[in-house]
Amino acid sequence: MSEDVDQGRRKFLTAATYATGALGAGFAAVPFVASWAPSARAKALGAPVEVDVSTLEPGMLTTVQWRRQPVWVVRRTRDMLERLATLDPKLKDPQSEDSDQPDYARNEGRSRNPEYLVLVSICTHLGCLPKQRFQVGVGEGGPDWPGGFFCVCHGSRFDMAGRVFKGSPAAANLRVPPYSFVNDSTILIGDDDAPAKGVA
Amino acid sequence: MADASSTAAAGGRRGRLYDWLCQRFPIEAFMRSQLLEYYAPKNFNFWYYFGVLALVVLVLQIVTGIFLTMNYKPSEAEAFGSVEYIMRDVSWGWLLRYLHSTGASAFFIVIYLHMYRALLYGSHKAPRELIWIFGMLIYAALMAEAFFGYVLPWGNMSYWGAQVIVSLFGAIPGIGEPLVEWIRGDYSISDITLNRFFALHVVALPLVLLLLVVAHLVALREVGSNNPDGIEIKKVTDRNGKPLDGIPFHPYYTYKDLVGVGIFLILFAMVVFFAPTFGGLFIEPPNFEPANPLNTPEHIAPVWYFTPYYAILRAVPDKLTGALLMGAAVLVFFFLPWLDRTRVRSIRYRGLSYKIALALFTVSFVALGWLGLQPAEGLYVLLARIFSVIYFLFFLAMPFYTGRFEKTKPVPERVTSHA
Amino acid sequence: MLKLNLTRTALLLALTLATGAASASAGGGGAVWETWTADNDLRSTASLQRGARNFMNYCLGCHSLQYMRYNRIAQDLAMTEEQVQANLMFTGQRPFDPVLSAMPHADAETWFGRPPPDLSLIARSRGPDYLFQFLKTFHVDESRVATTGVNNLALDGTAMPHVLADLQGLQKAVFHVERRTEKGQDGKEVVTQVKVFDHFEQLRPGKLSPAEYDEFVRDTVNFLDYVGEPTRRQREDLGIWVIGFLLVFTGFAYALKLEIWKDVR
Repeated sequence: MSEDVDQGRRKFLTAATYATGALGAGFAAVPFVASWAPSARAKALGAPVEVDVSTLEPGMLTTVQWRRQPVWVVRRTRDMLERLATLDPKLKDPQSEDSDQPDYARNEGRSRNPEYLVLVSICTHLGCLPKQRFQVGVGEGGPDWPGGFFCVCHGSRFDMAGRVFKGSPAAANLRVPPYSFVNDSTILIGDDDAPAKGVA
Repeated sequence: MADASSTAAAGGRRGRLYDWLCQRFPIEAFMRSQLLEYYAPKNFNFWYYFGVLALVVLVLQIVTGIFLTMNYKPSEAEAFGSVEYIMRDVSWGWLLRYLHSTGASAFFIVIYLHMYRALLYGSHKAPRELIWIFGMLIYAALMAEAFFGYVLPWGNMSYWGAQVIVSLFGAIPGIGEPLVEWIRGDYSISDITLNRFFALHVVALPLVLLLLVVAHLVALREVGSNNPDGIEIKKVTDRNGKPLDGIPFHPYYTYKDLVGVGIFLILFAMVVFFAPTFGGLFIEPPNFEPANPLNTPEHIAPVWYFTPYYAILRAVPDKLTGALLMGAAVLVFFFLPWLDRTRVRSIRYRGLSYKIALALFTVSFVALGWLGLQPAEGLYVLLARIFSVIYFLFFLAMPFYTGRFEKTKPVPERVTSHA
Repeated sequence: MLKLNLTRTALLLALTLATGAASASAGGGGAVWETWTADNDLRSTASLQRGARNFMNYCLGCHSLQYMRYNRIAQDLAMTEEQVQANLMFTGQRPFDPVLSAMPHADAETWFGRPPPDLSLIARSRGPDYLFQFLKTFHVDESRVATTGVNNLALDGTAMPHVLADLQGLQKAVFHVERRTEKGQDGKEVVTQVKVFDHFEQLRPGKLSPAEYDEFVRDTVNFLDYVGEPTRRQREDLGIWVIGFLLVFTGFAYALKLEIWKDVR
């Protein structure tokens, strides 16, 4: 055994080696962890979807698929829009404070353009697909039903802006996905920025 | 020698949770026996790095392999495309792929050097014969693992390599053809074959390899390491029974091996980042074309680490004899501890006859490796035959040129050097 | 100790022999066109952009790059998606789509005898030098009047027509006959007459001068080389850092090892 061991040097070298090693291990982990991020193929398959709404009649709904999810586009009538304002006391989250939507959809109609409603048609309770119940005063909602959506799985009800009624198991309004108007008759679902990108 | 972890007060220093664990699981005892109280000879040299490096490569292959399996599709229709998906669309996929493909070749470089150490220093001799046997079983399992792995990208060389090797079994008289059909699961190498090779490569053989590696290490720790002088360090001990020529594995060999790992990783990184195909030796050009049953590559050759045995196979004009001889070339290694009659372990003290024999064997093995990459024509065939003969003579004549007929030098009592 | 070095020297010798011989076993006749190299610069973005343009204009009609996405080309070749869409995309696809030819496979097989292969990995399976030689050695061949009227020195009997004929023009391959003396199977000397390539004769000029055509081919081959492995540049750039880091780590580890080992003996 040597007597004149420089403990300070040993401590430094040990610390330096361990530190560099730990740093290296951290760097080495990056490719593995990052490889789980959505691949270029996933991004391609999850790309925004164009919807032509020129043939959509007022009061009618069409469904498209975006990132494997069903998305509704509804062309609302004037009556439907007027009725929205009267419903606030009956709703859990009338100002959409606890619900999921882009900033431009945080308004009464929950949309960029009041005439067109875009919603992810997955019930915010446990994920079923709600059904259309646009007719006023008819169906499960009873004679006071203002028109909207009804989820048959557990009875959640939503209005013509996707806002959830009190008494429903669902806690939040239906989700609004990012979307934008390419032109007056084409909506690009999944992208906030269609006009800026000049997508044809 | 301040050795904090050897005191009973360790629990107090490291916490109650550690204490709780140590009472129920032999963590402390294991660490102590394997690292602090395992005495390894102090004269380990360059040849002694390759065991640790083999472990490093094994871990690397398993980890990168798991992540590749997350993105690879084992079907005839999708396999080739899924590899390109990994190379292009998956974040960092290209790195995972190259690490794994380079790791496969690195594994064999390390293993061949690791085995060569045994030939140099007599690590296969008593009482270490079982370590050698386990090691040879690992080598055989590794060759199978590499073979199955190379089929998975479903490139043209994957397909034709599988075709050639599997059809070798057809040479067995009587059961040959049914056996080949059974291995393939189909009338030709197909989607069915690919899928089962995938299962073997990803699950079955890695488990077998891990078990064998553990067995290999347990057998080693039971007997203790050999060393470049070939002497038993346990014969000369101090008052406490510790071998005078031994040093605790930790910190001496943990830190020394760290340097070895560092240098290895630098060389490894140079290949991965600057020459991943290694001039077509690690990833062969025909494998960048999808498998085509109607079009054989110009030169079918197995990957470089199989070529010595491929050369021996082709040296014999008869299919069955060639296949048997190729098998025998691997099998003969198993008998080495008993073929070698030496009374002296290390080449430092062995007779001239063994030194010449080993030199000839080394040249033959490398030459056969190179010949396996060449087309089997003309001078190459003659050379392959000559070197095959030398290869087998190394083993079969060993009982005669070792032992009684070896003029050995006197072996010292204590080791003669240290790193 | 001496004999140990002998073993090592033997090993080294065998290895040098192997590498030396491997490079020498290139080709048989060694005609001059076989020595042409692509000399492409994968780091020249300008060349790659020209090559991409060349490919889209002249090759995409028949050949796909099924593993390559347009937006990846944009990203790697310093172009915006709009620029790619305006200059490189003609088939109504979207930026994230793979580069697929519009030619139907079945029709291609009828017209050419075999479908034009996908070129995503051609630079990796055949090498850029071969591709360069292929695109430069199309020549008029009277015996192929029934099909394309041309043949190719790098790929004899190719089903591909000389798509770049308007750029390169048309050339004729002039051969000379060489007498070769070889030892036959039975040991007797056999004299054979062998047709060896001598030079090309320009029959009709193309729109590009020979130097311009060379650059055109080089750029196109460069692009295909890039398509073979788009991550190559990133790989090499990262490699420097990784090796640098490992050198630092190994340096510390080595200093630590030396220090600790002072205790031994």
